[in-house]
Amino acid sequence: MKSIRIGSGAGYAGDRIEPAIEIIEKGDIDYIAFECLAERTIAIAQQEKMTNPEKGYNHLLEYRMKKILPLCKSKNIKVITNMGAANPEGAAKKVKEIAKKLNISDLKIAAILGDNIYDNISKYMNNKVLETGKSLKELEGEIVSANTYIGAEGIVEALKNGADIIITGRVADPAIFIAPMIYEFNWSFEDYEKIGKGTLAGHLLECAGQVTGGYFADPGYKDVKNLSKLGFPIANVYENGDTVITKVKESGGQVTEATCKEQLLYEIHNPAEYITPDVIANFSKVSIKEIDTDEVKVSGGNGKEKTDTLKTSIGYVDCFIGEGEISYGGPGAYEKAKLAEEIVKDRLKMLNIPVEELRIDLIGVNSLYKDSISDTLGNGTNSEVRLRVAGRTKSNESATFIGNEVEALYTNGPAAGGGATKSVKKIVSIASIFIPRDDINTTILYEEV
Amino acid sequence: MKLREIAHSRTGDKGNISNISLIVYDMKDYEKIKENVTVEKVKAWFKDIVDGEVVRYELPNIGALNFVMDGALGGGVTRSLALDKHGKSLSSALLNMEI
Repeated sequence: MKSIRIGSGAGYAGDRIEPAIEIIEKGDIDYIAFECLAERTIAIAQQEKMTNPEKGYNHLLEYRMKKILPLCKSKNIKVITNMGAANPEGAAKKVKEIAKKLNISDLKIAAILGDNIYDNISKYMNNKVLETGKSLKELEGEIVSANTYIGAEGIVEALKNGADIIITGRVADPAIFIAPMIYEFNWSFEDYEKIGKGTLAGHLLECAGQVTGGYFADPGYKDVKNLSKLGFPIANVYENGDTVITKVKESGGQVTEATCKEQLLYEIHNPAEYITPDVIANFSKVSIKEIDTDEVKVSGGNGKEKTDTLKTSIGYVDCFIGEGEISYGGPGAYEKAKLAEEIVKDRLKMLNIPVEELRIDLIGVNSLYKDSISDTLGNGTNSEVRLRVAGRTKSNESATFIGNEVEALYTNGPAAGGGATKSVKKIVSIASIFIPRDDINTTILYEEV
Repeated sequence: MKLREIAHSRTGDKGNISNISLIVYDMKDYEKIKENVTVEKVKAWFKDIVDGEVVRYELPNIGALNFVMDGALGGGVTRSLALDKHGKSLSSALLNMEI
């Protein structure tokens, strides 16, 4: 049975490059896909593009391409990535420029466009926002971006047209992995069982090291070998959709049933209905079987007809968050931090700072789990405690007071506080709406050297 | 017995929803977690953190439960005031539950 090997080159925007190079050099792969977009990444990239129309793509695009282009060209490995972020066209031009500089010729680069619906956003003002339950027009704060999760179609077309490097903006994460399967195996876009199986493989690959032993180790319970040389995953995908997840032999980490099971459920809600633009995938009957060292067979994925609507992420300027931190140690550390907390709360009240929401954490005591769970884990004595105060405000000015009042604890607060830090961040948040699938027109731009 | 002795876990995030998987090391323990780690128990365990509903999905084939907790991430990853905005560390808290 025909099979292809797809490698995962990045699990997030800033991921390591060495494991990607390792699978290109030693993984015997046909394709490598780099997944680099979190929910908010495009909204931030869009703002960059507004100040410089040539920017707005992943900051590591140049760095990564310089390292991998010559290798991928010589081994005839095709590259698919969403590193285009808010500007796939600009990213494709940049890749062309890099290829020229590296004296690479006979390379076709494709930019997939159509996910950016910012110019048409006024059409959707009555659509319901998933996060708030209210209509989009009721959203407070300026809208800075609107990008629809699109599927594999554009990428498949670019592959059919001979593209070697394919750069997208917002596509569903699994799409960059299923596109080569649909192309190579000539799967129909309506063959939902196969697309469901491919989506399963893509889902396991999309966070790169998270399926090869990264984000897994719990010393004494779940030990992982050689994490500093963690290898990235490779999927050996068969024409019928069955997949074996593996990695380069000498790399660090491990592929086991346990690592695959953890990643299978990562960011999944109803496992029988994992909705992507290409399919409603069903992972509920999946079986996972170790067939050899670092070789795990994944089968039993399925799917049903895709939805008529597509999820769209809208970035908007939401609020400001002001933060301050300071540490207390030694005897009475906890009591000093509690006293400091009271002082900051009093001060913000006295100064009449309009804070919409205030959160106070004692790092080392309750910052992750608040009180009830922390109490079950707790030990009652702390050699050090770090007070953290974070508040949401409408204005930059109000947010500034929060960190300032924490910093002022140096000379005005309890004894021996140290290491104060403060920050103010302008927060771009994401609101999600659903729009008709038919509203999206995917186009492809090609660059060649 | 603490869940950590028989199971492992990973947390995922989408908007203001956190999902926590609970996966047994040995398939013979699946019935044990299915019986003991109920929606009510998980909801009570995370009462300071989770505002909304908790739904449990069962995956007998791989010996896992998946808890989907609405209103668990301080208004959503992009606007939460929490230090761990994604709730990544919640999995470790679940493993400290006694059954």
